[in-house]
Order: sequence, then structure tokens, then C-alpha cells
Amino acid sequence: MARITQLKTRIVCNRELAESYRYLEFESSCIAKAALPGQFVNIRVSGTSDPLLRRPLSIHGIKGRRVKVLYEVVGKATGILASKKPGDSLDILGPLGNGFNLDRAAPFSAKESNIVVAGGMGVAPLVFLAETLKKSKTQIAQAETIVLIGAKTKKFILCRKEFEALGFSVRIATDDGSLGFKGKVTDLLNSFCGKTRPGMIFSCGPRPMLQAVALAAAEKNIPAQLSLEEYMACGIGACLGCVVSTRQGYKTVCKDGPVFFGEDLIW
Amino acid sequence: MVRSGKPDLGVRINKLNLKNPVMAASGTFGYAEEFKDLMDLKKLGAVVTKTITLKPRPGNPPPRICETPSGMLNSVGLENPGIDAFISTKLAFLKKLGIPLIVSIAAEESPVEFEILIGKLEAVKEIAAIELNISCPNLRKDKLVSQDAGDTAAVVGAVRKLTSKILITKLSPNVTCITDIAMAAEDAGSDALALINTLSGMRIDVRKRIPMLGSRSGGLSGPAVRPVAVKMVWDVYNKIKIPIIGMGGIMDVESALEFFIAGASAVSLGTVNFVNPGACLEVISGLERYMINNRIPDLSRLTGSLKLCQD
Ligand SMILES: Cc1cc2nc3c(=O)[nH]c(=O)nc-3n(C[C@H](O)[C@H](O)[C@H](O)COP(=O)(O)OP(=O)(O)OC[C@H]3O[C@@H](n4cnc5c(N)ncnc54)[C@H](O)[C@@H]3O)c2cc1C
Ligand SMILES: Cc1cc2nc3c(=O)[nH]c(=O)nc-3n(C[C@H](O)[C@H](O)[C@H](O)COP(=O)(O)O)c2cc1C
Ligand code: FES
Repeated sequence: MARITQLKTRIVCNRELAESYRYLEFESSCIAKAALPGQFVNIRVSGTSDPLLRRPLSIHGIKGRRVKVLYEVVGKATGILASKKPGDSLDILGPLGNGFNLDRAAPFSAKESNIVVAGGMGVAPLVFLAETLKKSKTQIAQAETIVLIGAKTKKFILCRKEFEALGFSVRIATDDGSLGFKGKVTDLLNSFCGKTRPGMIFSCGPRPMLQAVALAAAEKNIPAQLSLEEYMACGIGACLGCVVSTRQGYKTVCKDGPVFFGEDLIW
Repeated sequence: MVRSGKPDLGVRINKLNLKNPVMAASGTFGYAEEFKDLMDLKKLGAVVTKTITLKPRPGNPPPRICETPSGMLNSVGLENPGIDAFISTKLAFLKKLGIPLIVSIAAEESPVEFEILIGKLEAVKEIAAIELNISCPNLRKDKLVSQDAGDTAAVVGAVRKLTSKILITKLSPNVTCITDIAMAAEDAGSDALALINTLSGMRIDVRKRIPMLGSRSGGLSGPAVRPVAVKMVWDVYNKIKIPIIGMGGIMDVESALEFFIAGASAVSLGTVNFVNPGACLEVISGLERYMINNRIPDLSRLTGSLKLCQD
């Protein structure tokens, strides 16, 4: 695994995307060089003890020496992060965790496709995944990739353009029907699993959505790689605070994950 | 008074010499390997492992962590691979570090387990000391060994007979009178005391009206507990002669100094490792600077140097 670094760096960009959704960019050539899709950084937003702990945020993409992050303001730490300006310093630990696995050696027939399922903020690491798939020479990356994005309403549908620019087809689901299919992104997934023959599902989003994705995948016998969240302290596998239940016992989300195969998880 | 050169940061715990008094606390530093990219581990005064039990322990159900004002609760529940897997998979890296290694152990059901645990550790010469964790709030027991002076004396006394290694007893702050427990451990042959372990605590999600932690309650650590810890170190220092390893909410050299002045001979850093992995080394260099600036030639002159105005 790539070396983990702790660094103090500067914010390059920190702007609003839609309401509480924001885009952050910071400089770090070591993280930019080492990062793999699905990995995250653990950010300390304040030098004080309130908030005390770092907060995990997924790596959304790499642009030269810069690292991109998408985040939602949900509480204290993300609120403080939102108030920071370009040039302000940021204390980062990363890149962390075990990302998506693109080295699947099993025969991946031309008829099969990859399905990327994003729920809300879960889209963040999946753009990085899509960019990597596009460049990768692995077998899995040669298959067509279809992206399904779900959110509460139209304005929270992020990154559609990024996926389309990569040449991937995008389908949208919104809870209120303000854009695309009215309903859950997992309903879209179920209908796709009927029509096409997905070879691999990649997903990130709220836990209930991931559970539904895991269920759909299991029913159709499709391997699914799911990026999970759990409360974290260290982010490096030392405190054993961030575990999830798997068939091999408790595993740390920060080090063994955050990406797990659906069949290994116990919900 | 040393006029030139560096102050002496060395500290002695019975026959064990530490080159400096700063160690990483049990359960917050994994098995040290987790931190190898982030710091020069060889500079630590000592490292204390996650608490090891005889059998593997899966630990408690998640969520196991939640943040509290200037602190955190954890209910990890002593997840560890068990003594045999510890020896076969974790020990090699720790041995290679060449710094004093302190192995924390706990018994799940009966103190008899200590006999087998020690039997397996005694032969490993790189293990400098054994830390007896008789104070973990995450073992679902009605009462901790370290909540009773008699029980503490019995366990420490029994383990004392089994090992020739340095024996450290880790105490719980969840007691009426910490000095009674501390004296019991000293009388029973402990070479040093480590205090404090976490304070029992709970946080509630008021929207869902459920506990924030999977096992309902957990142990509080971090800056929030520091004043409690400093007071306990001070109280205990005034009653015992063996060295105290002070801990609880140390974030930087300033907070570490409180412990030394209150009576600690060494300090252990826990929660801060999650926030600032460089903290242990910063405390070592900050301590040296403080000693130079205040003309303190060796650490023993700092320990317990609290000034009280006479009235
Ligand atoms: C591996 C990983 C990657 C993540 N990537 C992103 C990302 O790319 N973009 C993004 O916006 N968020 C991401 N998150 C979630 C993000 O870490 C939390 O939203 C953040 O820590 C909230 O901090 P806060 O102090 O603002 O909120 P708090 O005041 O701590 O909490 C506000 C709310 O957020 C929930 N929450 C807080 N921390 C977590 C957590 N670690 N896991 C689950 N729920 C939490 C709380 O239950 C509460 O409801 C990720 C989490 C993990 C574990
Ligand atoms: C996540 C976590 C796990 C811990 N696990 C152990 C343990 O296994 N054994 C032990 O003796 N103490 C354990 N502790 C307690 C610490 O070693 C230390 O006594 C306590 O956290 C107070 O110090 P701090 O405020 O610097 O963290 C743990 C603490 C935390 C936060
Ligand atoms: S956050 Fe500490 S082990 Fe995952």
C-alpha cells in the first residue's frame, strides 16, 4: 500500500455547488501521485480540541498536483471547512484505505458492462473511479460503463457532466421526479440488471441504498464493490473504532475498506 | 546544574531505563506498525500495545466511536487477535524497533488467564514490561478489578509472582478513592502505576432516542478528561513511592507538563495520536526545551514539582 503522509497544505478552491454541497481543492503532490479511486483523506479542520477528531472525506479526483474533494455540510467540522478560504491551511492525512479493485482477472465478456451507482454525496469517489476506469488497461475497464445517479431532487444531482465527458452514459433518478426517473436509484439499478448483463457494480451512497444495491447484486449474482462509511478516529487501522461486520469478522472501514465486496458484508 | 549540553530526559522504572518519558498509550497506537509512515518510532520512550487477551476477542458491535465535547467515547471492547496471534503476527515488528516494549494484558473471565498469558510472554526478552489492564470499562463486567482494593491487591500479587519483568498496573478513574487502589497495587508489588484509563460515559442520539454507541456506553478520553487525570496523579503521587505514568487528554507539551508537575515520572499519549500522529515526538522535544529554559537538569526534578503557597 502507498505510503501515508500527514501534511499541512493550502486550500486552492472551496466553493458552493448546490446549497450544502461544496467543492474543495488542495495542493499535495504526494497524495495526488499515490491516490487510488475509493481512497480517502482524514482532515483536521481546526487546531483546537473542538471538533477534536479528523473527518474522513473521499478523494473525488486528481488534477496535476491538486486533490479534489466534494463534501456536504452536515455538522460542526464540515461547517468549519466550508468557512475556509483559498490560501487557508489544512491538515491532511492520506491517502487512506483500500479503494476499488479494478484488477478482476475473471473473464469479462464483451457483453458485460460496469454499473456505477451513486447516491447523493456518494458520487464523490465514483467520478475518480470513472476517470481511472477510462484510463485503465485492465479487462474490467474495457467493458461499457453505465452510471446511475440518485438524489432527493434535481439540484443535488452532481457530476453528470463529468461522467458524460468520459463517454459514459448516465441515468438519473430523483425522489421527487424533478429530473429523470422518479424514485430510487436502486429501482433504476434493478431495471438495468434485467436488461443488460452487468459484470460488476461499483457503488457509494447512504447505507440503506448500499444495502439495497448489495441485495440486488446478490439476487442476480453480480459482484458489487461498495464504499462504506463509519465513524472514524485514527483512519489508519490503529484504534479499531470504525469496524463493520463481515463474513470474516469485524473489519476496519478505514484500512480494510472503505470498499468491500457486497458478498462479504453482514448488514 | 548542567551548564552545557542537554537535560537528561531519561527515566527509570525499577530496573527499566527509558531514554525519554513519553510513550504511546494502549489501544491508541495499534501495534505501532500502523504509525510507521508517520513518525520515527525509534524516538519514543516506549510503546504500549493494544491490550491482549488469551483468546481472540472480536470486540463490541459498531458504532464504536463518537465525538463528545473536547473528547471521544469508544467502545472498542478490547478487540485483539489473542496472545498466540499477537506473538506470531505482531511481535516481530515491535521487537525490531529496539525501544522498550510494554505489552498490555487483560483477563476476560478469571485472573488465572494471567498465568498463561505471562507464561507466553516471559520468554520474549524484548518485552520490557507487562501492563496489567484491570481497568477497561468496555469489558461487560459489573465491577472492574481496579474498582476494589482487595481484588487489585490479589491480582497484582498473583501476577507479581509469575513475572520477573517490570510490572505496571493500569488504574480506572471510576472509583471513589483512587489512592486506596494505588496503594493496594504498590503494596502487592507493582513497579509502576499507569493512570488513568477511560472514564465510563454515554452519549444519546436525541432524534432517534438511541445510544450513539453500539454497546450503549463506552470510555471517555481526550482533553475533556485531563483535569480529572491530573488530580488523580497528584493524589496518588502524594501517597505512593513507585513511579506514575500519567495520561488522560494530553495534547501537547503544555498538557504533558501538568502531569509531570503533578507527580508523573512518565506520560502516555492516547487519543491525540488519532488527531496529530506527531504529538509524542513534539512532546519529547517540547519537554527538552522547557527543561533547558527552566534550568531543570533532569526529569526527576520536574516530577512532583508543584508549588503550593503556604497559608
Ligand atoms: C470513508 C469515508 C468517506 C467519506 N467521504 C465523504 C465525502 O466525500 N463527502 C462528504 O460530504 N462526506 C463524506 N463522508 C462523511 C463525512 O466524513 C461526515 O459527513 C463528516 O465527518 C461530518 O462531520 P461534521 O463534524 O460536519 O458532522 P457531525 O456534527 O460530526 O455529524 C453530523 C451528522 O453526520 C453524521 N456523521 C458524522 N460523521 C460521520 C461518519 N464518519 N460516517 C457517517 N456519518 C457521519 C452524524 O451521524 C450526524 O448525523 C465520508 C465518510 C467516510 C467514513
Ligand atoms: C480507542 C481507544 C482504545 C483504547 N484501548 C485501550 C486498551 O486496549 N487498553 C487500555 O489499557 N487502555 C485503552 N484505552 C485507554 C487509553 O490507553 C488511555 O488510558 C485513555 O484513553 C486516556 O488517555 P487519552 O485521553 O490520552 O486518550 C483506549 C483508549 C481509546 C481512545
Ligand atoms: S478509524 Fe481507527 S481503525 Fe479505523
